Amino acid sequence: MKRLIVYLLEIILCFVIQTSTFHYFELADVMPNLLLILVVSNAYMRGRLTGLSIGFFSGLLIDLIFGDVIGLSALLYMVIGYFIGFTNKIYSNDDYTLPIVFVAISDLVYGFFYYIVEFLLRGRLNFLLYFSRIILPEMIYTIAASVIFYKLFHMINNHLDRKINEED
Amino acid sequence: MKRRTKFHINPKHVLIAGIILCLGLIGISFRFGEHLTPVRAAVGSVFVPMQKGINIVGSYISGKLDTFKNMNDLLEENAKLKDQINVLIYENKMLLQDKYELDGLRELYELDQKYLDYPKVAARVISKDPGNWYSVFEIDKGTKDGLKEDMNVLAGNGLVGIITEAHYNYSVVRAIIDDKSNVSGMFLKTSDTCMVRGDLQLMDEGKIRVELIGKDAEIEEGYEVVTSHISPNFLQGILIGYVSDIELDASNMTKTAYLTPAVDFEHLEEVLIITELKEPRLDEAPTE
Repeated sequence: MKRLIVYLLEIILCFVIQTSTFHYFELADVMPNLLLILVVSNAYMRGRLTGLSIGFFSGLLIDLIFGDVIGLSALLYMVIGYFIGFTNKIYSNDDYTLPIVFVAISDLVYGFFYYIVEFLLRGRLNFLLYFSRIILPEMIYTIAASVIFYKLFHMINNHLDRKINEED
Repeated sequence: MKRRTKFHINPKHVLIAGIILCLGLIGISFRFGEHLTPVRAAVGSVFVPMQKGINIVGSYISGKLDTFKNMNDLLEENAKLKDQINVLIYENKMLLQDKYELDGLRELYELDQKYLDYPKVAARVISKDPGNWYSVFEIDKGTKDGLKEDMNVLAGNGLVGIITEAHYNYSVVRAIIDDKSNVSGMFLKTSDTCMVRGDLQLMDEGKIRVELIGKDAEIEEGYEVVTSHISPNFLQGILIGYVSDIELDASNMTKTAYLTPAVDFEHLEEVLIITELKEPRLDEAPTE
Protein backbone atom coordinates (compact mmCIF):
# COMPACT_ATOMS: atom_id res chain seq x y z
CA MET A 1 0.00 0.00 0.00
CA LYS A 2 2.76 2.36 1.03
CA ARG A 3 4.61 1.36 -2.09
CA LEU A 4 1.62 2.23 -4.22
CA ILE A 5 1.36 5.73 -2.80
CA VAL A 6 5.08 6.30 -3.29
CA TYR A 7 4.87 5.20 -6.92
CA LEU A 8 1.93 7.48 -7.54
CA LEU A 9 3.76 10.42 -5.99
CA GLU A 10 6.85 9.63 -8.05
CA ILE A 11 4.88 9.59 -11.28
CA ILE A 12 3.13 12.87 -10.53
CA LEU A 13 6.31 14.60 -9.39
CA CYS A 14 8.30 13.43 -12.39
CA PHE A 15 5.57 14.52 -14.77
CA VAL A 16 5.26 17.97 -13.25
CA ILE A 17 9.01 18.48 -13.15
CA GLN A 18 9.38 17.24 -16.69
CA THR A 19 6.75 19.53 -18.17
CA SER A 20 7.30 22.66 -16.14
CA THR A 21 10.95 22.85 -15.25
CA PHE A 22 13.04 20.84 -17.65
CA HIS A 23 12.59 23.09 -20.63
CA TYR A 24 14.64 25.68 -18.80
CA PHE A 25 17.54 23.24 -18.89
CA GLU A 26 17.35 22.29 -22.52
CA LEU A 27 20.64 21.45 -24.24
CA ALA A 28 20.72 21.30 -28.03
CA ASP A 29 16.97 21.85 -27.90
CA VAL A 30 16.13 18.58 -26.19
CA MET A 31 15.28 17.67 -22.65
CA PRO A 32 15.86 14.39 -20.82
CA ASN A 33 12.95 11.99 -20.61
CA LEU A 34 12.49 11.75 -16.86
CA LEU A 35 9.38 9.60 -16.96
CA LEU A 36 11.22 6.99 -19.00
CA ILE A 37 14.00 6.91 -16.43
CA LEU A 38 11.38 6.36 -13.74
CA VAL A 39 9.75 3.51 -15.65
CA VAL A 40 13.02 1.79 -16.52
CA SER A 41 14.59 2.10 -13.07
CA ASN A 42 11.55 0.69 -11.32
CA ALA A 43 11.12 -2.06 -13.87
CA TYR A 44 14.74 -3.03 -13.36
CA MET A 45 14.48 -2.91 -9.57
CA ARG A 46 11.04 -4.49 -9.14
CA GLY A 47 10.23 -6.53 -12.20
CA ARG A 48 7.72 -6.76 -14.99
CA LEU A 49 4.49 -6.04 -13.15
CA THR A 50 5.76 -2.85 -11.55
CA GLY A 51 7.39 -1.78 -14.80
CA LEU A 52 4.30 -2.15 -16.86
CA SER A 53 1.95 -0.51 -14.40
CA ILE A 54 4.17 2.52 -13.82
CA GLY A 55 4.68 2.74 -17.56
CA PHE A 56 0.97 2.60 -18.21
CA PHE A 57 0.08 5.32 -15.75
CA SER A 58 2.83 7.74 -16.72
CA GLY A 59 2.00 7.25 -20.40
CA LEU A 60 -1.65 7.80 -19.71
CA LEU A 61 -0.88 11.04 -17.91
CA ILE A 62 1.06 12.36 -20.90
CA ASP A 63 -1.76 11.37 -23.23
CA LEU A 64 -4.42 13.00 -21.11
CA ILE A 65 -2.66 16.33 -20.81
CA PHE A 66 -0.84 16.65 -24.11
CA GLY A 67 -1.64 13.87 -26.56
CA ASP A 68 -4.07 13.87 -29.42
CA VAL A 69 -4.70 10.16 -29.17
CA ILE A 70 -5.24 8.73 -25.71
CA GLY A 71 -3.49 5.44 -25.13
CA LEU A 72 -0.55 5.76 -27.50
CA SER A 73 2.16 6.81 -25.05
CA ALA A 74 0.55 4.60 -22.42
CA LEU A 75 1.01 1.61 -24.70
CA LEU A 76 4.59 2.52 -25.54
CA TYR A 77 5.68 3.16 -21.95
CA MET A 78 3.88 0.05 -20.75
CA VAL A 79 5.57 -2.25 -23.26
CA ILE A 80 8.96 -0.75 -22.46
CA GLY A 81 8.31 -1.20 -18.74
CA TYR A 82 7.29 -4.80 -19.28
CA PHE A 83 10.34 -5.81 -21.30
CA ILE A 84 12.81 -3.99 -19.08
CA GLY A 85 11.12 -5.90 -16.25
CA PHE A 86 12.76 -9.09 -17.52
CA THR A 87 16.13 -7.65 -16.54
CA ASN A 88 15.02 -7.82 -12.90
CA LYS A 89 16.46 -11.35 -12.93
CA ILE A 90 19.99 -9.94 -13.12
CA TYR A 91 19.27 -7.13 -10.68
CA SER A 92 22.06 -6.39 -8.27
CA ASN A 93 21.76 -3.91 -5.48
CA ASP A 94 24.95 -2.01 -6.18
CA ASP A 95 25.19 -2.03 -9.92
CA TYR A 96 24.79 1.51 -11.21
CA THR A 97 25.91 0.99 -14.81
CA LEU A 98 23.52 -1.65 -16.05
CA PRO A 99 20.32 0.37 -15.50
CA ILE A 100 21.85 3.26 -17.40
CA VAL A 101 22.45 0.98 -20.35
CA PHE A 102 18.81 -0.10 -20.14
CA VAL A 103 17.70 3.53 -20.04
CA ALA A 104 19.74 4.18 -23.17
CA ILE A 105 18.26 1.23 -25.01
CA SER A 106 14.70 2.04 -24.07
CA ASP A 107 15.05 5.70 -24.96
CA LEU A 108 16.31 4.62 -28.36
CA VAL A 109 13.36 2.26 -28.79
CA TYR A 110 10.97 4.93 -27.55
CA GLY A 111 12.31 7.53 -29.98
CA PHE A 112 12.21 5.08 -32.84
CA PHE A 113 8.61 4.04 -32.31
CA TYR A 114 7.52 7.57 -31.65
CA TYR A 115 9.01 8.55 -34.99
CA ILE A 116 7.21 5.71 -36.76
CA VAL A 117 3.82 6.41 -35.26
CA GLU A 118 3.80 10.18 -35.31
CA PHE A 119 6.04 11.09 -38.22
CA LEU A 120 6.55 8.22 -40.65
CA LEU A 121 2.82 7.65 -40.89
CA ARG A 122 2.43 11.28 -41.95
CA GLY A 123 4.98 10.80 -44.71
CA ARG A 124 8.04 12.39 -43.07
CA LEU A 125 10.69 10.09 -44.44
CA ASN A 126 13.90 11.79 -43.43
CA PHE A 127 14.70 9.41 -40.61
CA LEU A 128 18.39 10.30 -40.34
CA LEU A 129 17.59 13.91 -39.62
CA TYR A 130 15.13 13.05 -36.88
CA PHE A 131 17.60 10.56 -35.52
CA SER A 132 20.46 13.02 -35.26
CA ARG A 133 18.27 15.99 -34.34
CA ILE A 134 16.15 14.45 -31.59
CA ILE A 135 16.58 10.78 -30.86
CA LEU A 136 20.34 10.78 -30.34
CA PRO A 137 20.66 14.02 -28.32
CA GLU A 138 17.67 13.04 -26.23
CA MET A 139 19.27 9.67 -25.53
CA ILE A 140 22.56 11.19 -24.46
CA TYR A 141 20.91 13.76 -22.25
CA THR A 142 18.64 11.15 -20.74
CA ILE A 143 21.62 8.93 -19.96
CA ALA A 144 23.33 11.82 -18.22
CA ALA A 145 20.21 12.57 -16.21
CA SER A 146 19.67 8.92 -15.34
CA VAL A 147 23.05 8.78 -13.56
CA ILE A 148 21.57 11.07 -10.93
CA PHE A 149 17.96 10.02 -11.04
CA TYR A 150 18.59 6.29 -10.94
CA LYS A 151 20.50 6.75 -7.70
CA LEU A 152 17.58 8.69 -6.33
CA PHE A 153 14.98 6.10 -7.31
CA HIS A 154 17.27 3.36 -6.05
CA MET A 155 17.54 5.09 -2.71
CA ILE A 156 13.77 5.44 -2.44
CA ASN A 157 13.31 1.78 -3.34
CA ASN A 158 15.84 0.58 -0.76
CA HIS A 159 14.28 2.75 1.87
CA LEU A 160 10.87 1.27 1.11
CA ASP A 161 12.25 -2.27 1.27
CA ARG A 162 13.77 -1.63 4.64
CA LYS A 163 10.60 -0.07 6.02
CA ILE A 164 8.46 -2.98 4.90
CA ASN A 165 10.92 -5.54 6.25
CA GLU A 166 10.92 -3.83 9.62
CA GLU A 167 7.17 -4.00 9.81
CA ASP A 168 7.11 -7.73 9.13
CA MET B 1 4.23 -12.96 10.90
CA LYS B 2 3.86 -12.64 7.20
CA ARG B 3 1.39 -9.86 6.68
CA ARG B 4 1.69 -9.44 2.96
CA THR B 5 0.09 -12.08 0.85
CA LYS B 6 1.85 -12.64 -2.45
CA PHE B 7 -0.35 -12.03 -5.44
CA HIS B 8 0.23 -14.60 -8.11
CA ILE B 9 -0.70 -12.78 -11.24
CA ASN B 10 1.22 -13.60 -14.34
CA PRO B 11 2.64 -10.30 -15.61
CA LYS B 12 2.07 -11.54 -19.13
CA HIS B 13 -1.68 -11.51 -18.60
CA VAL B 14 -1.55 -8.02 -17.15
CA LEU B 15 0.43 -6.90 -20.19
CA ILE B 16 -2.12 -8.36 -22.57
CA ALA B 17 -4.96 -6.73 -20.64
CA GLY B 18 -3.07 -3.44 -20.70
CA ILE B 19 -2.45 -3.62 -24.43
CA ILE B 20 -6.12 -4.32 -25.09
CA LEU B 21 -7.07 -1.41 -22.84
CA CYS B 22 -4.68 0.94 -24.65
CA LEU B 23 -5.86 -0.12 -28.08
CA GLY B 24 -9.42 0.40 -26.88
CA LEU B 25 -8.56 3.87 -25.66
CA ILE B 26 -6.88 4.71 -28.96
CA GLY B 27 -9.98 3.54 -30.80
CA ILE B 28 -12.24 5.54 -28.52
CA SER B 29 -10.21 8.70 -28.88
CA PHE B 30 -10.29 8.40 -32.66
CA ARG B 31 -14.03 7.89 -32.80
CA PHE B 32 -15.38 9.84 -29.86
CA GLY B 33 -12.49 12.22 -29.17
CA GLU B 34 -14.70 15.09 -28.15
CA HIS B 35 -16.43 13.08 -25.41
CA LEU B 36 -13.13 12.64 -23.62
CA THR B 37 -12.67 16.37 -23.12
CA PRO B 38 -14.26 16.40 -19.62
CA VAL B 39 -11.83 13.68 -18.50
CA ARG B 40 -8.88 15.64 -19.82
CA ALA B 41 -10.20 18.81 -18.24
CA ALA B 42 -10.50 17.12 -14.87
CA VAL B 43 -6.94 15.78 -15.03
CA GLY B 44 -5.70 19.11 -16.26
CA SER B 45 -7.29 21.09 -13.46
CA VAL B 46 -5.45 18.92 -10.94
CA PHE B 47 -2.07 19.32 -12.59
CA VAL B 48 -2.13 22.90 -13.76
CA PRO B 49 -1.78 24.45 -10.28
CA MET B 50 1.19 22.17 -9.59
CA GLN B 51 2.80 23.00 -12.90
CA LYS B 52 2.24 26.68 -12.25
CA GLY B 53 3.95 26.46 -8.89
CA ILE B 54 6.94 24.52 -10.12
CA ASN B 55 7.19 26.72 -13.16
CA ILE B 56 7.77 29.71 -10.92
CA VAL B 57 10.65 27.89 -9.20
CA GLY B 58 12.13 26.82 -12.53
CA SER B 59 12.00 30.23 -14.11
CA TYR B 60 13.50 31.72 -10.96
CA ILE B 61 16.48 29.35 -11.03
CA SER B 62 17.08 29.67 -14.74
CA GLY B 63 16.69 33.43 -14.44
CA LYS B 64 19.39 33.51 -11.77
CA LEU B 65 21.70 31.33 -13.88
CA ASP B 66 21.19 33.58 -16.87
CA THR B 67 22.02 36.63 -14.79
CA PHE B 68 25.46 35.34 -13.93
CA LYS B 69 26.11 34.17 -17.44
CA ASN B 70 25.19 37.47 -18.98
CA MET B 71 26.78 39.90 -16.56
CA ASN B 72 29.86 40.60 -18.68
CA ASP B 73 27.90 40.76 -21.88
CA LEU B 74 25.57 43.22 -20.28
CA LEU B 75 28.32 45.61 -19.23
CA GLU B 76 29.66 45.69 -22.75
CA GLU B 77 26.25 46.04 -24.21
CA ASN B 78 25.42 48.85 -21.84
CA ALA B 79 28.29 50.99 -23.10
CA LYS B 80 27.30 50.33 -26.67
CA LEU B 81 23.66 51.07 -26.01
CA LYS B 82 24.46 54.41 -24.41
CA ASP B 83 26.08 55.52 -27.62
CA GLN B 84 23.13 54.27 -29.52
CA ILE B 85 20.66 56.18 -27.39
CA ASN B 86 22.10 59.49 -28.51
CA VAL B 87 21.77 58.52 -32.12
CA LEU B 88 18.29 57.21 -31.57
CA ILE B 89 17.05 60.32 -29.81
CA TYR B 90 17.91 62.26 -32.89
CA GLU B 91 16.39 59.70 -35.21
CA ASN B 92 13.31 59.50 -33.07
CA LYS B 93 12.62 63.17 -33.58
CA MET B 94 12.85 62.73 -37.30
CA LEU B 95 10.58 59.70 -37.16
CA LEU B 96 8.00 61.53 -35.10
CA GLN B 97 7.71 64.08 -37.83
CA ASP B 98 7.30 61.28 -40.33
CA LYS B 99 4.66 59.71 -38.14
CA TYR B 100 2.48 62.78 -38.16
CA GLU B 101 2.73 62.80 -41.88
CA LEU B 102 1.89 59.11 -42.00
CA ASP B 103 -1.15 59.56 -39.79
CA GLY B 104 -2.45 62.15 -42.14
CA LEU B 105 -1.88 59.95 -45.14
CA ARG B 106 -3.51 56.97 -43.45
CA GLU B 107 -6.67 58.90 -42.85
CA LEU B 108 -6.65 59.91 -46.44
CA TYR B 109 -6.38 56.37 -47.66
CA GLU B 110 -8.71 55.06 -44.97
CA LEU B 111 -6.28 52.37 -44.03
CA ASP B 112 -7.44 50.70 -40.87
CA GLN B 113 -4.89 48.93 -38.73
CA LYS B 114 -7.01 45.90 -38.39
CA TYR B 115 -5.57 43.80 -35.69
CA LEU B 116 -4.80 46.60 -33.32
CA ASP B 117 -8.53 46.76 -32.72
CA TYR B 118 -9.16 43.12 -31.86
CA PRO B 119 -9.95 42.51 -28.17
CA LYS B 120 -7.04 40.72 -26.54
CA VAL B 121 -6.24 38.84 -23.33
CA ALA B 122 -2.72 38.32 -21.98
CA ALA B 123 -1.64 34.92 -20.66
CA ARG B 124 1.51 33.28 -19.35
CA VAL B 125 3.09 30.15 -20.79
CA ILE B 126 3.16 27.59 -17.97
CA SER B 127 4.32 24.33 -19.46
CA LYS B 128 5.57 22.71 -22.58
CA ASP B 129 4.90 19.39 -24.26
CA PRO B 130 7.01 16.75 -22.44
CA GLY B 131 8.62 15.35 -25.59
CA ASN B 132 11.04 17.00 -27.92
CA TRP B 133 9.07 16.45 -31.09
CA TYR B 134 6.39 19.08 -30.94
CA SER B 135 5.88 22.70 -30.11
CA VAL B 136 2.73 22.52 -28.08
CA PHE B 137 2.43 24.46 -24.86
CA GLU B 138 -0.05 25.34 -22.13
CA ILE B 139 -1.12 28.81 -21.07
CA ASP B 140 -2.70 29.77 -17.76
CA LYS B 141 -5.98 31.15 -19.10
CA GLY B 142 -8.99 29.15 -20.16
CA THR B 143 -12.71 29.29 -20.73
CA LYS B 144 -12.96 31.11 -17.40
CA ASP B 145 -11.35 34.10 -19.08
CA GLY B 146 -13.40 33.79 -22.23
CA LEU B 147 -10.99 31.74 -24.30
CA LYS B 148 -12.28 29.25 -26.81
CA GLU B 149 -10.88 26.72 -29.20
CA ASP B 150 -9.44 28.13 -32.46
CA MET B 151 -8.63 31.51 -31.00
CA ASN B 152 -5.46 33.07 -32.39
CA VAL B 153 -2.44 33.55 -30.17
CA LEU B 154 0.01 36.41 -30.67
CA ALA B 155 3.23 37.57 -29.07
CA GLY B 156 4.76 40.95 -29.72
CA ASN B 157 3.42 41.71 -33.16
CA GLY B 158 3.42 38.29 -34.76
CA LEU B 159 1.37 35.14 -34.85
CA VAL B 160 2.34 32.41 -32.37
CA GLY B 161 -0.29 29.77 -32.98
CA ILE B 162 -3.80 28.67 -32.29
CA ILE B 163 -5.64 27.26 -29.28
CA THR B 164 -6.35 23.61 -29.88
CA GLU B 165 -8.00 22.86 -26.56
CA ALA B 166 -9.60 25.28 -24.13
CA HIS B 167 -10.31 24.10 -20.60
CA TYR B 168 -11.59 25.85 -17.52
CA ASN B 169 -8.35 27.42 -16.30
CA TYR B 170 -5.83 26.47 -18.96
CA SER B 171 -5.57 26.04 -22.70
CA VAL B 172 -3.32 24.16 -25.06
CA VAL B 173 -1.69 26.11 -27.89
CA ARG B 174 -0.13 24.70 -31.05
CA ALA B 175 2.67 26.93 -32.33
CA ILE B 176 2.96 27.68 -36.05
CA ILE B 177 6.45 26.16 -36.06
CA ASP B 178 4.96 22.83 -34.98
CA ASP B 179 5.31 20.05 -37.49
CA LYS B 180 1.54 19.59 -37.71
CA SER B 181 0.69 23.24 -38.16
CA ASN B 182 -0.69 24.64 -41.41
CA VAL B 183 -1.59 28.29 -41.82
CA SER B 184 -2.99 29.88 -44.90
CA GLY B 185 -0.98 33.02 -45.56
CA MET B 186 -0.81 35.92 -47.96
CA PHE B 187 1.89 38.31 -49.11
CA LEU B 188 0.97 41.71 -47.84
CA LYS B 189 2.29 43.59 -50.87
CA THR B 190 1.00 41.44 -53.70
CA SER B 191 -1.94 39.59 -52.08
CA ASP B 192 -0.63 36.25 -53.38
CA THR B 193 -1.74 33.40 -51.13
CA CYS B 194 0.45 30.60 -49.82
CA MET B 195 0.57 27.87 -47.17
CA VAL B 196 2.82 28.34 -44.13
CA ARG B 197 3.70 24.90 -42.87
CA GLY B 198 5.70 24.11 -39.73
CA ASP B 199 8.63 21.76 -40.23
CA LEU B 200 10.73 20.12 -37.54
CA GLN B 201 13.59 19.91 -40.00
CA LEU B 202 13.83 23.69 -40.25
CA MET B 203 13.04 24.49 -36.64
CA ASP B 204 16.74 24.64 -35.72
CA GLU B 205 17.36 27.40 -38.20
CA GLY B 206 14.40 29.25 -36.76
CA LYS B 207 12.53 29.02 -40.02
CA ILE B 208 9.35 27.53 -41.39
CA ARG B 209 8.36 26.54 -44.88
CA VAL B 210 6.08 28.44 -47.23
CA GLU B 211 4.50 26.36 -49.95
CA LEU B 212 2.08 26.64 -52.83
CA ILE B 213 2.98 30.14 -53.90
CA GLY B 214 1.66 30.80 -57.38
CA LYS B 215 4.30 30.65 -60.12
CA ASP B 216 3.57 34.16 -61.29
CA ALA B 217 3.65 35.73 -57.85
CA GLU B 218 6.03 38.66 -57.99
CA ILE B 219 7.60 38.27 -54.61
CA GLU B 220 11.02 39.17 -53.31
CA GLU B 221 13.03 38.33 -50.24
CA GLY B 222 11.96 40.16 -47.12
CA TYR B 223 8.31 40.48 -48.09
CA GLU B 224 5.88 40.26 -45.19
CA VAL B 225 3.56 37.27 -44.94
CA VAL B 226 0.31 37.80 -43.06
CA THR B 227 -2.64 35.48 -42.41
CA SER B 228 -4.91 35.44 -45.40
CA HIS B 229 -8.56 36.18 -45.98
CA ILE B 230 -9.27 32.58 -47.01
CA SER B 231 -8.09 30.98 -43.77
CA PRO B 232 -10.95 29.37 -41.85
CA ASN B 233 -9.48 29.85 -38.38
CA PHE B 234 -7.00 32.69 -38.48
CA LEU B 235 -8.11 36.29 -38.50
CA GLN B 236 -6.97 38.26 -41.47
CA GLY B 237 -3.84 40.37 -41.52
CA ILE B 238 -1.79 39.07 -38.59
CA LEU B 239 1.91 39.21 -39.32
CA ILE B 240 3.51 35.75 -39.56
CA GLY B 241 7.02 36.61 -40.69
CA TYR B 242 9.37 37.51 -43.50
CA VAL B 243 10.04 35.39 -46.54
CA SER B 244 13.45 34.33 -47.90
CA ASP B 245 15.12 31.78 -50.24
CA ILE B 246 12.38 31.69 -52.85
CA GLU B 247 12.68 28.77 -55.25
CA LEU B 248 10.66 27.45 -58.15
CA ASP B 249 9.36 23.93 -57.51
CA ALA B 250 10.26 20.99 -59.72
CA SER B 251 6.70 20.93 -61.00
CA ASN B 252 7.17 24.43 -62.45
CA MET B 253 3.73 25.33 -61.12
CA THR B 254 4.41 26.65 -57.66
CA LYS B 255 7.15 28.28 -55.67
CA THR B 256 8.50 27.32 -52.26
CA ALA B 257 10.23 29.62 -49.82
CA TYR B 258 11.39 29.83 -46.24
CA LEU B 259 9.92 32.16 -43.69
CA THR B 260 11.46 33.70 -40.59
CA PRO B 261 8.74 34.09 -37.95
CA ALA B 262 8.21 37.52 -36.43
CA VAL B 263 8.06 35.90 -32.98
CA ASP B 264 10.99 34.59 -30.95
CA PHE B 265 9.76 31.10 -30.10
CA GLU B 266 12.80 30.28 -27.96
CA HIS B 267 11.91 32.83 -25.32
CA LEU B 268 8.17 32.76 -25.27
CA GLU B 269 6.85 33.66 -21.84
CA GLU B 270 3.84 35.85 -22.29
CA VAL B 271 1.35 35.72 -25.12
CA LEU B 272 -1.75 37.60 -26.20
CA ILE B 273 -4.91 35.84 -27.25
CA ILE B 274 -7.39 37.51 -29.56
CA THR B 275 -10.75 36.76 -27.99
CA GLU B 276 -12.58 37.07 -31.24
CA LEU B 277 -13.18 34.10 -33.49
CA LYS B 278 -13.26 34.24 -37.22
CA GLU B 279 -16.87 34.06 -38.26
CA PRO B 280 -17.72 30.37 -38.40
CA ARG B 281 -19.31 29.02 -41.54
CA LEU B 282 -22.84 27.95 -40.70
CA ASP B 283 -25.37 26.11 -42.78
CA GLU B 284 -28.33 27.34 -40.81
CA ALA B 285 -29.07 30.32 -38.65
CA PRO B 286 -27.79 29.76 -35.10
CA THR B 287 -30.49 28.92 -32.57
CA GLU B 288 -30.40 31.59 -29.93
